[in-house]
Amino acid sequence: MMARSIKGAKALPLSGKVGLALVLFWLVAALVGPMLAPYPVGAFVAYDVFDGSSSAHWLGSDYLGRDVLSRLLWGARYTVALAAAAAFLASATGTALALTAAVGGAKVDEPLSRFMDMLISIPSKIFSLVLVAAFGSSLPLLLLIAAITYVPGNYRIARALAVNLTQMDYVQVARARGEGRLHIAIAEILPNMIHPLLADFGLRFVFIVLLLSGLSFLGLGVQPPDADLGSLVRENISGLGEGALAILAPAIAIATLTVGVNLLIDAIGVSGTGRGKRK
Amino acid sequence: MAGASTSSGAKAAFVLIGKRLASSLLTLLLVSVTIFVIAQLLPGDAAQEALGQSATVEQVAALRHEMGLDRPAPVRYISWLGGMVSGDPGQSLVANMPVSEVISSRLPNSLLLAALTALVAVPVALAIGIGSAMNRGGRIDRALNITTLSMVAVPEFLVATIAVLIFSVKLRWLPSIALVSDEMSWGDYLRGAAMPILCLSIVVIAQMARMTRAAVIDQMDRPYVEMAVLKGVAPVQVVLKHIMPNAIAPIVNAMALSLSYLLGGAVIVETIFNYPGLASLMVNAVTSRDMPLLQACAMIFCAAYLILMLIADVTAILANPRLRAQ
Amino acid sequence: MTQAFHVEVKDLRVTARNARGEAFPIVSDIDFALKRGEVLALIGESGSGKTTIALTLLGHARPGATIAGGSIRVGDADITQLDAKALAQLRGNRIAYIAQSAASAFNPSRTIMDQVVEPALIHDLMLRDKAEAKAVELFRALALPFPDTIGSRYPHQLSGGQLQRLMAAMALITDPELVILDEPTTALDVTTQIEVLRAFKAVVLERGATAIYVSHDLAVVAQMADQIVVLQQGRIREAGAADQVLHRPAGDYTKTLMAAARPAIRPAPMRIDVPAAPLLEIRGVTAGYGRIGKDGLPRVPVLRDINLTIERGGTLGVIGESGSGKSTIARVIAGLLPPATGQVLLDGEPLPPGLKGRSREQFRRVQLVFQNADTALNPAHSVGQILERPLAFYAGLKGNAAHMRVLELMDLIRLPVSLIDRNIGGLSGGQKQRVNLARALAADPQLILCDEVTSALDTVVGAAILDLMADLRRELGIATMFISHDISTVRAICDDILVLYSGTMVEMGPRAAFQSAPFHPYTDLLIGSVPEMRAGWLEESHAGRKPPLIGASGEHPDLCRFLPRCAARVDGLCNVTPPPRHPLGKADGMSSHILCHHGDESLIPS
Repeated sequence: MMARSIKGAKALPLSGKVGLALVLFWLVAALVGPMLAPYPVGAFVAYDVFDGSSSAHWLGSDYLGRDVLSRLLWGARYTVALAAAAAFLASATGTALALTAAVGGAKVDEPLSRFMDMLISIPSKIFSLVLVAAFGSSLPLLLLIAAITYVPGNYRIARALAVNLTQMDYVQVARARGEGRLHIAIAEILPNMIHPLLADFGLRFVFIVLLLSGLSFLGLGVQPPDADLGSLVRENISGLGEGALAILAPAIAIATLTVGVNLLIDAIGVSGTGRGKRK
Repeated sequence: MAGASTSSGAKAAFVLIGKRLASSLLTLLLVSVTIFVIAQLLPGDAAQEALGQSATVEQVAALRHEMGLDRPAPVRYISWLGGMVSGDPGQSLVANMPVSEVISSRLPNSLLLAALTALVAVPVALAIGIGSAMNRGGRIDRALNITTLSMVAVPEFLVATIAVLIFSVKLRWLPSIALVSDEMSWGDYLRGAAMPILCLSIVVIAQMARMTRAAVIDQMDRPYVEMAVLKGVAPVQVVLKHIMPNAIAPIVNAMALSLSYLLGGAVIVETIFNYPGLASLMVNAVTSRDMPLLQACAMIFCAAYLILMLIADVTAILANPRLRAQ
Repeated sequence: MTQAFHVEVKDLRVTARNARGEAFPIVSDIDFALKRGEVLALIGESGSGKTTIALTLLGHARPGATIAGGSIRVGDADITQLDAKALAQLRGNRIAYIAQSAASAFNPSRTIMDQVVEPALIHDLMLRDKAEAKAVELFRALALPFPDTIGSRYPHQLSGGQLQRLMAAMALITDPELVILDEPTTALDVTTQIEVLRAFKAVVLERGATAIYVSHDLAVVAQMADQIVVLQQGRIREAGAADQVLHRPAGDYTKTLMAAARPAIRPAPMRIDVPAAPLLEIRGVTAGYGRIGKDGLPRVPVLRDINLTIERGGTLGVIGESGSGKSTIARVIAGLLPPATGQVLLDGEPLPPGLKGRSREQFRRVQLVFQNADTALNPAHSVGQILERPLAFYAGLKGNAAHMRVLELMDLIRLPVSLIDRNIGGLSGGQKQRVNLARALAADPQLILCDEVTSALDTVVGAAILDLMADLRRELGIATMFISHDISTVRAICDDILVLYSGTMVEMGPRAAFQSAPFHPYTDLLIGSVPEMRAGWLEESHAGRKPPLIGASGEHPDLCRFLPRCAARVDGLCNVTPPPRHPLGKADGMSSHILCHHGDESLIPS
């Protein structure tokens, strides 16, 4: 397994290797970053606000004179963990519903798909804004809101995949063998959806990172004293006019994370078993 | 024979478009129910919110009655929907004036911003998308692929921040705040709105260009394209005369999706540049929990999305001879 | 005009790149030459490089491939030396191409006329109105219906056979000196193929164009070619005059191809004492898609009034063209499509119409084998997993017992045991089809429904599968329903034959009844349309000629469905009265039943 992964990584084009490196970097940062943070996250440690890079503060100081690097490492954990959890929840829910619709026949499929089509026609940012207005923005609620917002998108893709697969001869053979719906969904259909679903998971992760940091940037996401990367951009917005590192660093951090995931998905899609290479 | 089939084909297309329109309206109706229901889940209610914690139970009850909040939910929904349709979606709780007035001061700004961005972004995106598809696998294509792939994943506030750093801080060409008012001349408006337009364009161009490329490439592998090449059709003509008629529907769909993003997705850009658009108004509504305003904004965005999708689908119907002429 | 040959190919080499970017040859050492007006056939199985070679004559290599060496001369043009612009001037002008699947080679968004006249317009050969007039003339010569208006239609409104002929019109509009025909009839039904071949021969060849005809079908090639080049894995195995290659082949490979093309008669197993009830019986089944209307028929009826029986260990061949409903019969028996009316009985007991309510035992006894093993086997599973599932599901076999049984099965279908952990993607087409068959056998069934199990395979591989099936039938005594579009195969291996046309049974009887006339007119057309491996057959065959004129039919659903294409139809009878079903008298109880107004005398060919 391990050897296969390494071999797969070596086969990636350069952009994919860069993407993989960025993704791994941020995963590690989210896991152990806070332990490596040079200063306590809320401590006022610098004399100047919006300081540039120095040996004491690699990424300078923020609008209150706190260490940007330390805050960034903590913020990355919030961003990565929240988005990964929400993307997983959205994908799992969407796919489970999609499989149910695909093997459940028209009586299940029609109303479910209608409902999802309706939800999908509410633009995701607008939908999440309405949800935030209604429910508030504590961390668990944010997670839930991000997940709910992206369930319809995953459902649509997973259902299209699953419905195509139910038409495959091997599913027809399984039905004619007398197999139950659960077996057909889990053993015959799901394994053939994994590859595109993983790519979709990556995309949802990117969307959710952007959504949550966007909400935080607007002051509607993660609330102080907690801070994700979006919050860091927001709190330092007054440094925009002087081009402070405190505002650039977290913004670039988000971009490297999301761009990394995108590059990786794209490279796997080309070099892997997905579309592209095969005729 | 030919004449008869054309007119019956036109009729079939007409019926199809009619059905599509009806389904859009039905979806919009369901969306309104969803938004209304979610808005009702707000803990506490608007009367309590408006009066604050110190209000007596009687005061709240009186206001509830005055605002009609003591009526059953379906009745409130019908009256809200009726208000939306007739152009009176109620009273903004925070601004203390009709929602319609608040919105009508912002909506033109949003539409103008979207229209100008589209004007810049659509031709550029088409050129990039088609160009990189024709150069498939080549250096230009790969470079453009990496660029657009990165741009779609970059948060808008990074694009905006960098734009401010370059154009306002370093070069001092453009203002970092978009001051827009009714009395401005076009020149002043464009100068004020240049940064928001630029930032939105960058994000939207990347999206549209990727989808355009995908739509063109999807057609390139079809046997009819090889056939055209083997007939001696020149490469540019292959794209324009053979591929485009088949790729037009997905391309228009991509454009519609991206443009719908321009309306609602402009939230962050509008906020950064203080551009007085509808999206930043909606953010204010969320912050202040101004539900009537929020609901109205959400409905406008959903309606805009559905209209754009409707346009895309009608294009698809008209572009496809299977649907156009049975 | 001093050159002896019109087209000359020397030392041609085409390479492709593998995953690591290394070039490897897909075609090499190709030499051939042909005189003006000659037809050269490139024949071979899939992967033989025949299409690749044909495309090089247009200076074209598919994405990933490159013309790496050799020379190609057409008239005075040295194809390999030309730049893209010069090539574009030749293509569709002096050298024309007729693609394999016209249905996908026509642009779906443009009218036929637009596309047919395009070569003439882009090469500035004539003005549009003149080109259109010429196109209409070609439509007429190619025996297309409504030649004056067919050009205003879109591809989806026309049939495969019509599109293939329209593609010929598109190729000929510029009077090319060389025409490349790339498997132009492979995607067509055999009864359509004969019409298209006839049109091609009349129009393409008799205009004096030099032609290169790519095909895998020796009998088709026999009708068209002066010279034959036999290819295998990118190399020439044998080349020579058509007559010599077909009748006195020198190479072993050519001999193998010839042998596989003529299906060997596989003797039917001895019928053991016939028990009271047949194994399977279908009574009055009508089936289709969509809601069932007031008349008891579904909105899109596919099968009408099907009655048949399959004896224990017997083989029933079901034959018909695409859309005839032959696969639907298998779906109805398997329970995938509940019939609108009628019953399916297994061992005399009625089966529940759909999947619901069938017992596991009933499922086990009838197994389905699909045409395309690529889609019939789950790519996420290994060979072992695929074969173990029915064992676990029906017999509760697990662990070592299941493993042993899987090994037995693999032995039975002659598949190396080393493939047991291989994923489906790692098997060849023939191996996949064997696994497909073995999965059905794993259930220990009494009846296997085989839907076109050999048609996706190359002839030689398909013949091996047929041999295997014949052996299995003899050893295991399993009854088979063999669905096919190929009457020669069905006649070779089946005890009984059912001919379907548009969902109705037009003829049914024992194999012997299908060896000599009289037949139902449709059976006659089917048998007469199968090309024979000799020159001149196309000219002699009476199949597919235009039927006599007849008055309008009453649009009655019970009228003969074959009426519009029937060569033996009788005005005032066939278009007025539904046909009766009656036996066609042949000696020794070898009679078949046909659905037709005609009797013995009127169906004997004059």
